[in-house]
Amino acid sequence: MADWTPDQPIVSVKEVYKSFGELEVLKGVSFDVMKGEVICIIGPSGSGKSTLIRCINALNDIQSGSITVEGQEVHAPNLDKLELRKKVGMVFQQYNLFPHKTALENIMMAPIKVLKEPKEQVAERARALLAKVRLEGKEDSYPGELSGGQQQRVAIARSLAMRPDVMLFDEVTAALDPETVKEVLVTIKDLAQEGMTCMLVTHEMGFAREVADHIYFTDRGVIVEHGPPATFFDQAQDPRTREFLSQIL
Amino acid sequence: MSRRAIPGLGAAATTDLPVLKPFDPSGRTAHDPLLISRFLARLKWWHFAVFALVLLLWPMVAYAQSRYSYGDAFEALVRWIPFVVVDGFFFNIQISFFSMAIGTVAGVFLGLMQISPLTAIRLPAIVITQLFRNSPWLVLLFIVLLAFPFEIVIGDVILPFPAWVKAVIGLSLPIMANISEVVRGAVQSVPSGQWEAAESLAFSRRQTLFEIILPQCFKRMIPPWMNWYAILTMATPLCSILGVEEMINLSRQAIEAEDNHPELLVPFYGFALLLFFAYCYPIARWTISLERKYAVKL
Repeated sequence: MADWTPDQPIVSVKEVYKSFGELEVLKGVSFDVMKGEVICIIGPSGSGKSTLIRCINALNDIQSGSITVEGQEVHAPNLDKLELRKKVGMVFQQYNLFPHKTALENIMMAPIKVLKEPKEQVAERARALLAKVRLEGKEDSYPGELSGGQQQRVAIARSLAMRPDVMLFDEVTAALDPETVKEVLVTIKDLAQEGMTCMLVTHEMGFAREVADHIYFTDRGVIVEHGPPATFFDQAQDPRTREFLSQIL
Repeated sequence: MSRRAIPGLGAAATTDLPVLKPFDPSGRTAHDPLLISRFLARLKWWHFAVFALVLLLWPMVAYAQSRYSYGDAFEALVRWIPFVVVDGFFFNIQISFFSMAIGTVAGVFLGLMQISPLTAIRLPAIVITQLFRNSPWLVLLFIVLLAFPFEIVIGDVILPFPAWVKAVIGLSLPIMANISEVVRGAVQSVPSGQWEAAESLAFSRRQTLFEIILPQCFKRMIPPWMNWYAILTMATPLCSILGVEEMINLSRQAIEAEDNHPELLVPFYGFALLLFFAYCYPIARWTISLERKYAVKL
């Protein structure tokens, strides 16, 4: 499977089971993501959405099944985690910026230390990324001096600086004030429109409807229903999906 | 602005249902790692003055009770002060510096071993840390004194191994263990999200530790580190029992040279106490102010 070609799924999840001790969180989840596709995973709290997305860059391990990223098996004992994580960027709910570094340094750190790229080149790219997330002039601000929405956009830029092929977003707007949610969503939308492969766990239904190519609804560790946004939101078949949507919309 | 009255606490209760009152709202009974520094720093300048006054009043109260008066005793102290301070107290400080240096370097290594993912490294480090952290300092000093030779012979070269060097080693052991705990605690106080963020950016564990985690820990380690320095300095007189010629030992020798008058005890040892206090008090004040400054804001 190492000879991956772009017409095959960039991320492929097959029959994944994951448990924390006695608690079974994922019970046989399967789906494929094609290059350039944007998928949203929605569902009630505790349904395993975040766990699923964290398995894809090996932050969590799985008990059985298979996850491949560009043909590389993630659930392999001899997996080179660092190589995998160079391809898969991740943004967290709590931003997790490095508080002792400025916004620009946060973005520059990984390309310099991990990819060993020359500093001047990385600085140039980091400035361009800050401009892209609409944070020109915040280069020298520390995370503590930025608002939640600004911090989250720096976190997105920090991930993008590694030039990943896939971006994972784990409830990135859940900790934000309602008025700053939009600025982060606009940034993600820009990314999606540029053709970045994005996997989002989100509670922003309007946003999911607007940007997603495909929506997956998970409940109690299984994918209950999935489909393109139009069908998913307007013609949900499963009673669990309909109940969830009626509560949230 | 007055604080809002809390029913049941600051005002009459509005319910007759049982109310669970906050337990220990000021956190006064919780374990406090900076206890010593906090105690010292809380003292006011006039505590110092009262203490000095008591020392000075003593001779007046007891005046004329013996032929050898407290006046004579203080005269003797003044005569001996240069000797006791320069040869004695400065030696205590020297011992504390060396012990702290060795203890810090060894403690940082031990602390980093304590957070190793490899059990073969982590487990011995935890055992060593707990062993030396929970042993009486004096016992450690005796063991080091008796276990090591007084000189090391390598071929024709004879390296002397004086008692004070052994004392430095003996005191650095508990410091090492406690600094190890300081390092471990500081690393574990960094939110796990920092590890995850670094991991997902493809940082290796070593890079994460040295580039991301430790730089954030450094400030948090300074107050407890200074706290341990103050404790160590106050423990250096323990070396006198091992025959190291530090301040307390020299004071006793001076008292003996002055014919062992009991009146000499309070001036000489009181002076030693004042000197240690004067040295450790500013450190404690500084520690507490740094602790406030670096308090983790979540």
